[in-house]
Amino acid sequence: MKIHEYQAKAIFRDYGVPVPAGTVASSVTEACEAAAGGSFPVVVKAQVHVGGRGKAGGVKLAPDPAAVKKHATAILGMNIKGSTVRRVLIEPGIDIQTEYYVGMIVDRARRYPCLMVSAAGGVEIEEVAATTPEKIARLHIDPALGLRSFQIRRAARFLAIPKQAEKALAAILGGFYRAFMEKDCSLAEINPLVLTGAGELIACDAKINFDDNAAYRHPEYAALRDDAEAEPLEVQARHAGLSYVKLDGRIGCIVNGAGLAMATMDIVKHFGGEPANFLDIGGGAKAEQVTEALRIVTADPAVNTVLFNIFGGIVRCDRVAEGILEAMRRLDLVIPIVLRLVGTNEDKARALLAGTSLIACATMSEAARTAVELSTRGAT
Amino acid sequence: MSIIVDKNTRLLIQGITGNEGQFHGAQMIDYGTNVVGGVTPGKGGTMSLDRPVFDSVQECVDATGANASVIYVPAAFAPDAVLEAIDAGLKVIVCITEGIPTKDMITVFWAARARGAVLIGPNCPGIITPGACKVGIMPGPIHRPGRIGVVSRSGTLTYEVVNELTTHGLGQSTCIGIGGDPIIGTTFVDALARFEADSDTDAVVLIGEIGGTDEEAAAAFVRANMRTPVVAFIAGKTAPPGKRMGHAGAIISGGTGTANDKITALTAAGIPVAERPDEISDLVRDVLSSRR
Repeated sequence: MKIHEYQAKAIFRDYGVPVPAGTVASSVTEACEAAAGGSFPVVVKAQVHVGGRGKAGGVKLAPDPAAVKKHATAILGMNIKGSTVRRVLIEPGIDIQTEYYVGMIVDRARRYPCLMVSAAGGVEIEEVAATTPEKIARLHIDPALGLRSFQIRRAARFLAIPKQAEKALAAILGGFYRAFMEKDCSLAEINPLVLTGAGELIACDAKINFDDNAAYRHPEYAALRDDAEAEPLEVQARHAGLSYVKLDGRIGCIVNGAGLAMATMDIVKHFGGEPANFLDIGGGAKAEQVTEALRIVTADPAVNTVLFNIFGGIVRCDRVAEGILEAMRRLDLVIPIVLRLVGTNEDKARALLAGTSLIACATMSEAARTAVELSTRGAT
Repeated sequence: MSIIVDKNTRLLIQGITGNEGQFHGAQMIDYGTNVVGGVTPGKGGTMSLDRPVFDSVQECVDATGANASVIYVPAAFAPDAVLEAIDAGLKVIVCITEGIPTKDMITVFWAARARGAVLIGPNCPGIITPGACKVGIMPGPIHRPGRIGVVSRSGTLTYEVVNELTTHGLGQSTCIGIGGDPIIGTTFVDALARFEADSDTDAVVLIGEIGGTDEEAAAAFVRANMRTPVVAFIAGKTAPPGKRMGHAGAIISGGTGTANDKITALTAAGIPVAERPDEISDLVRDVLSSRR
């Protein structure tokens, strides 16, 4: 789960990481009011979940109130990679002397949180990692031991931080690590961490992703979630307990299990079709969930064929069949539905579906090929 | 004859009285798994599935001689359940539970490692040695005893592939679902090392997916350490970057973890990679015949 920069900064501030005194505004008037009280220049920053805001013109320096009005007008409502800007963050301009990068992820191969620091701040870290990996220091942290002083000293040396800022860096890295762990983050970044002309360290940008699996013990996540940023059908799917990702094709895929769902998308592509989505109805899917899955998939206007691929394990095929029949009664669907059901209670499912308009296939390849044919025919 | 579980496995079920524990417990018993007891805190002294229920794993181990555990406990309690099984000295622990926070799995992983416990999962279908012992949630009847090892990050995609193997007369020595989370107890490399050491496994099918670098590590391991031939399939060629594809671990991030990276690494290590699941049995036959 992603959150906005201003929300991530509020979390960092709570953990003792200095951030600029910003105000979030959702209208031009609010933006002008936010800037009015303080000194100039200010920065007007688009608040969207996607990266690359700067390049898209979503971050502007405003030397005076008129410029704030101009930039806020331009940025609010701007479309950045499919996300509409609904809020801007107004912050005092910072006197940047040096920019550093600070980030943390869980290193899957090493099974430890990994603190990454680089003196190549302010640019995309993926690019630094790809072209000059030696410019990134990686420090693995054993959660049982915590972030130790020797590691902080190593980071400071690697960054060549001025002596007088070392104490501040220690506090920042300590708070950053605690925030990462206590908030169950899957990613946290300060890019850039700025050394100002006055010799102070301040987090000029902030990014946090949460571990979705930890949502049950973080009621505060709910208030930070911005559903307007997500694909509306993906939000509906989440509320129905379904895992759905919208893609650009025409064949709606409904599958049980994430791996099989990906393999189903791949095989559709293999036979020359384009999958419209990833959808995993999950384990123990009930009839209502299948109905909801079919409703969501067919709510995408691009979808002209539906492909069910169900390999019964936990999911019982007769339940899936009930769901499909129920959905067909409710949704009045006219597009072809290709179905492949194998596994637990397969016979019961077949009996339930006999005499309907569904196109039953025995194998995954046959089902995919049939769906691609029907979709191509439907498109012409 | 197999790896990790066999006829000598004496299984206890953590969460035996819950819905999943009841349903899959009955299925495992029906398959012939030697389920010796169960654990549900607060329900000790009762019976479930005709097996004695205990308040703690230690009591169950002491009373029944259980040597393996399978966990069907909700995500909020599952890390503690695994730690309890480790503490009781169990060396084979299979965690089916989905949705455990990554931070908790870091602690659990290192605890299992420190005590020499083989942890499979979490968020996995479990492990089965066909005809001998089923520990998990996979449909038993699709499996046949045989000489092909299967290791996979997926659930239902594994069933698809196993069904394909069985249909084509290729039985399995052991099938392991290692799970779809970022941090898992047993990796591809761990499983491959065991298959390599198993004299009754003639070839291994590896089923990977996007996210992480486990498939790349597996490719390097196969090239350096394995005589047993391996064939592979990778799911997620059409997955977009930055989106979690169901499994917490199935995400292309920062340009790494793509299906193409993995296929390239596997191919470079001499591992044939199937384009579609229904090509796998032919590839297995190819590697078996070229070996003879």
